[in-house]
Amino acid sequence: MSLLRIENLTNTVADKPILKGLSLTLNAGEIHAIMGPNGAGKSTLAYTLGGRPGYEVTGGSVEFDGQDLFDMEPHERAAAGLFLGFQYPVEIPGVSNLQFLRESLNSQRKARGLDPLSGGEFIKLAKEKAGLLGLDMEMLKRPVNVGFSGGEKKRNEMVQMGILDPKLAILDETDSGLDIDALRVVGEGINAIMRKPDKAVLLITHYQRLLDYVKPDFVHVLAGGRIVKSGGADLALELEREGYAEVLA
Amino acid sequence: MTVLPLPTRRQEDWRYSDVEAVAGVWPLPDPVAIHVGAGEQAAHRLLQDAADGAVAIHDYAIHVEAGGRCTFHLLNIGGKLGRVTFRVTLGKGAHFGLYGAMIGGGEQTLEIVTSVTHAEPDGTSEQIVRSILGQKAVGTYLGRIEVARDAQKTDAVQSIKAMLLDRTATANAKPELEIYADDVKCAHGCAVGELDRQALFYMASRGMEPQAARSLLLQAFVAGVFDDIGDEAERERFDTAALAKLEALAGQGSGA
Repeated sequence: MSLLRIENLTNTVADKPILKGLSLTLNAGEIHAIMGPNGAGKSTLAYTLGGRPGYEVTGGSVEFDGQDLFDMEPHERAAAGLFLGFQYPVEIPGVSNLQFLRESLNSQRKARGLDPLSGGEFIKLAKEKAGLLGLDMEMLKRPVNVGFSGGEKKRNEMVQMGILDPKLAILDETDSGLDIDALRVVGEGINAIMRKPDKAVLLITHYQRLLDYVKPDFVHVLAGGRIVKSGGADLALELEREGYAEVLA
Repeated sequence: MTVLPLPTRRQEDWRYSDVEAVAGVWPLPDPVAIHVGAGEQAAHRLLQDAADGAVAIHDYAIHVEAGGRCTFHLLNIGGKLGRVTFRVTLGKGAHFGLYGAMIGGGEQTLEIVTSVTHAEPDGTSEQIVRSILGQKAVGTYLGRIEVARDAQKTDAVQSIKAMLLDRTATANAKPELEIYADDVKCAHGCAVGELDRQALFYMASRGMEPQAARSLLLQAFVAGVFDDIGDEAERERFDTAALAKLEALAGQGSGA
């Protein structure tokens, strides 16, 4: 069944049209990659689905797991199982990662009618997921993303994803700022956490290299605010070899 | 005994105050005197949480003799006018530290007014004040530092930050330096801001309810002000009172 169904989505950012009739369907168990040139609207798509203020939906519809996505506030979307991996994770001085995550997870659990995790249960979960991504537990005691390197921020995003255990992850250039080793760890993390029959991933990326580790079932090219070409994993290789201009010509 | 005339807003120290409210409690009693002898250490604190509508004015005259140290922790959250003033004189090598937080909502006027005189060489002072203001609250910090002609090697720091939760709230911050010596360090920083919208969206994207996210950011903003209170039960009392006031404020739909 479809987990995410985007139909003819249009939007504006600061009154400027960015998405111009984008349609895309993700079924449970699938990993989709969206590639495209700079300025095509890739990050705008991610932020619009996440509900970032300033990303004005002007038309079309998005159904997430049977619900109207735009009927939900950003925190309600998260509680419904949507995870947005940020291209530039935000620093929050004075708030520790553990506090941030525990508060987030328990908010989500509350929204789903579940009891909050105790301190001990939460630490155990955090340790397990941090270990999976090779992030030191000490880092999780520090303020959210403050003083983290680019690579550490991206690993931290994946640790968060592991702890929150979403149905759908939209990962906006999670590969940027990663060296080869970190890329492999993050790729394996995505597979371990999200490669499941009831989950789906939308990977937004410029480059093919992450796709060596996270093999997509479908690859889409986003240009000028809509999907202009779709194919299998081979399409990413073709784009890498020949460039967007050539493939889109 | 002569009674001083009521202050007016023409006087610098009262410029942003609620002088009408002062009338009801005028004349003010003499300031509380704190005397720290040579080489002694003193830790004082005040949790000003007067009832709604009350006028709470606390004046302190602090004298720290050579090599003495005085720290003062202040949480200023109560009353329709909550005003705390410090007139401090530092001897040779003496230290004064003020760690304060003001949290106000409604139509509260909260003020911290300091005047620190480095009368002799080698003195140090540090003032850290964090204010969170919502609705129509006014929060003011006026901080004067005077360094006497002979008070070389003075090191004075003022770090003043305010967070506004609503456009209708006001923060005033005015550090003022009067320096007559030539070998001194006086650093001051003032910032007035709003809650970080990017951080709020980031927190929402992880599932945090807007009110919880705001409350966490506000806690982080004042975090640390009371960390140095030695008595654990007292530290807890200050933290708890600050948190309760913040939650009341965040719950009133401020920000966003």
